[in-house]
Amino acid sequence: MSIAKKQVAAVEEIQTLTPELKSFIAEWKDQPGNLIMVLHRVQQHFGYVPREIAFEVADLLGTPLAKIYGVITFYHFFKMTKPGKHTIAVCMGTACYLKGGQQLLDELEALLGAKADEVTDDGEFSITAVRCIGCCGLAPVLTVDGEVYGNLKPDQLAGIVAKYRGK
Amino acid sequence: MAYKQYVLVCSGTACESSKSKDLIQNLNDEVRKAGLANDVQVVKTGCFGFCEKGPIVKVLPEETFYVQVKPADAAEIVAEHLVKGRPVSRLLYDAAQSKAHAKLEDIQFYQKQVRIVLRNCGVIDPDSIDEYIARDGYVALEKVLFEMSADDVINELKKSGLRGRGGAGFPTWRKWQFTKDVPGDEKYIMCNADEGDPGAYMDRSTLEGDPHSVLEAMMIAGFTCGSSKGVIYIRAEYPLAIERLNTAIAKAKDYGLMGEKILGTDFSFDIEIRLGAGAFVCGEETALIASTEGGRGMPKPRPPFPAVKGLWNKPTVINNVETWASIPVIIMRGGDWYARIGTETSKGTKVFALTGKINNSGLVEVPMGTTLREIIYGIGGGIKGGKAFKAVQTGGPSGGLIPAQYLDTPIDYENLQKLGSIVGSGGMIVMDEDDCVVDITRFYLDFSVDESCGKCAPCRIGGRTLLNLLDKVANGNGTVADVEQMQTLSHAMQRASLCGLGQTTPNPVLSVIRHFKDELMEHIDHKHCPAGKCKNLVRFTIDPDACIGCTVCARRCPVSCISGERKVVHVIDQSRCVKCGACLEACKFGAVLKS
Repeated sequence: MSIAKKQVAAVEEIQTLTPELKSFIAEWKDQPGNLIMVLHRVQQHFGYVPREIAFEVADLLGTPLAKIYGVITFYHFFKMTKPGKHTIAVCMGTACYLKGGQQLLDELEALLGAKADEVTDDGEFSITAVRCIGCCGLAPVLTVDGEVYGNLKPDQLAGIVAKYRGK
Repeated sequence: MAYKQYVLVCSGTACESSKSKDLIQNLNDEVRKAGLANDVQVVKTGCFGFCEKGPIVKVLPEETFYVQVKPADAAEIVAEHLVKGRPVSRLLYDAAQSKAHAKLEDIQFYQKQVRIVLRNCGVIDPDSIDEYIARDGYVALEKVLFEMSADDVINELKKSGLRGRGGAGFPTWRKWQFTKDVPGDEKYIMCNADEGDPGAYMDRSTLEGDPHSVLEAMMIAGFTCGSSKGVIYIRAEYPLAIERLNTAIAKAKDYGLMGEKILGTDFSFDIEIRLGAGAFVCGEETALIASTEGGRGMPKPRPPFPAVKGLWNKPTVINNVETWASIPVIIMRGGDWYARIGTETSKGTKVFALTGKINNSGLVEVPMGTTLREIIYGIGGGIKGGKAFKAVQTGGPSGGLIPAQYLDTPIDYENLQKLGSIVGSGGMIVMDEDDCVVDITRFYLDFSVDESCGKCAPCRIGGRTLLNLLDKVANGNGTVADVEQMQTLSHAMQRASLCGLGQTTPNPVLSVIRHFKDELMEHIDHKHCPAGKCKNLVRFTIDPDACIGCTVCARRCPVSCISGERKVVHVIDQSRCVKCGACLEACKFGAVLKS
């Protein structure tokens, strides 16, 4: 993508806080230790923490932007880039790793042409490798938009991806 | 109105992933269609623990135990079992011996278990406070408020010998005593539900299956230590547990069991939930406090201990979920009763998440002092696929690998430490002959390095250097001097790191050097990985005598590095091979060789 196109895309994507989010922040403003709770709510809405929203949150909470980015970058859960329409999370907990989680991830990366923590070019899928999701009895597992698929073999992945593509 | 029969359906995370929600819906529909709505109640419960065989369904009062039930099986269960009184034998745990294995206590998985922490999991509907109360819920709180003094409570805990179940095993009564003894009325009671060990999920199951037990215990601590404010710090990755906790808190407030002037006394207590955001180090108590305060979750040197100077610099009791869930029972039945379970130094029961290459994975709760063999072979049913046992890893990334010759060790805090591992939060991962100790140690190191907060040098730099050395070994470039350096570094990290994360990061490495030196040296001396897991030490080749040229391997190869025409012997281009093993799996003629 050329630089010009990228800028256009960025302009189109400018986000602002909705009234609902603003009132959530107002509710939490005076409670100590509110930043993580506010960021969770923001990410729940946008799927990530957009830069311009981080600026707005800084203003509304009276928290330095540096502190906000300090927190966002410290925790795995917070994302700074827009995720794909569907998020595929491959479990890399120990039980899944032993039972072939890495092969699932390799196959998925080959299938979608994107690596872990990347989004496919068409914006359809993002791939993440996550820590234990607590279904070790079903290992190896992955989730697509929160739905769990267990006891998987790499050759089942194409079918699963097809179910979500374009939806 | 009393129901004649109850159908309990597990709705823990693992079973819900296997469509137990749809199953409950279908069961309810079928019960209604059969005109049994007044006689049969379908109840969603917490985790039964037998996750390998989920979703689990149990029918009361006859206690029939069904496994791997699909939503489509609902009609048959209702028509055959509930209407005609004939158990559906194909869904029983062991269909061949359906009579003998119909009930839960007939199943080996449950026989050696003693369920104290998990007493209500799989028994009650976690969203119903009435069912919790019916199982003696909030009786302990009532007893404490009306019959006991703060010193009585601490004394009872002292007698029980309960030690923290989060990993370190610090005596619970002492934490409470410290906080109680600090003057002032602004104190905090915290629940550490930041369960980060990959492969352990007992805290999640407890919160999902029996949230009130944790709330009740936190209130008991509030009364004892003179605090009116509780905080539960829970992973954001556990949405179901968060939802059930929120419901439980709202119901407890409705019933006057939480909030202002509880049960008409002068004691008031409130609990709020704070979300974690995916940082393993936040399981460390000072880091957890920093995160609850809204900042980066980095640990602080101790002392001062949180018991004296914790959340917002106020005295704070922090216990983990499993510890909290044990407390109401201890208060109700007495510390002496609890102390009769377990070993000399480690009392009570411990929940383990038994996973990996084991037949029956799931959550198991056993008395301390149970041997590893009893858990792995008795409860767990042995190794999957009849393979040979290699090692069991306890304590996750902070623990070590324990080899076969120690399988008869009774589990307690001290014994596992002597073997170079820890009880930890209770992850128990079984490995078989196909797993490589170097590979698995790299996996753990990679985790710990990624999760290091970077505040102190021994952890930040030491961990990374250890990982680099292991990479060298796994790639076939390791030397004897590297092993020595790993040892030196490990000991330095154990002594000099700021918190438990850095102090325990080297444990997996040290346990491999101690228990699996031969396998480690095989990587170094002969550039050979006996389990065939270390990719750079593995070669896939095609046996020209066995290959019939069917082209399956070439089509299956993800990097198209296998050449050959139909009915012509195929060849793998070693320079492009990514060692994925797809060809080996695909070949039906045993022509692909792994060496």
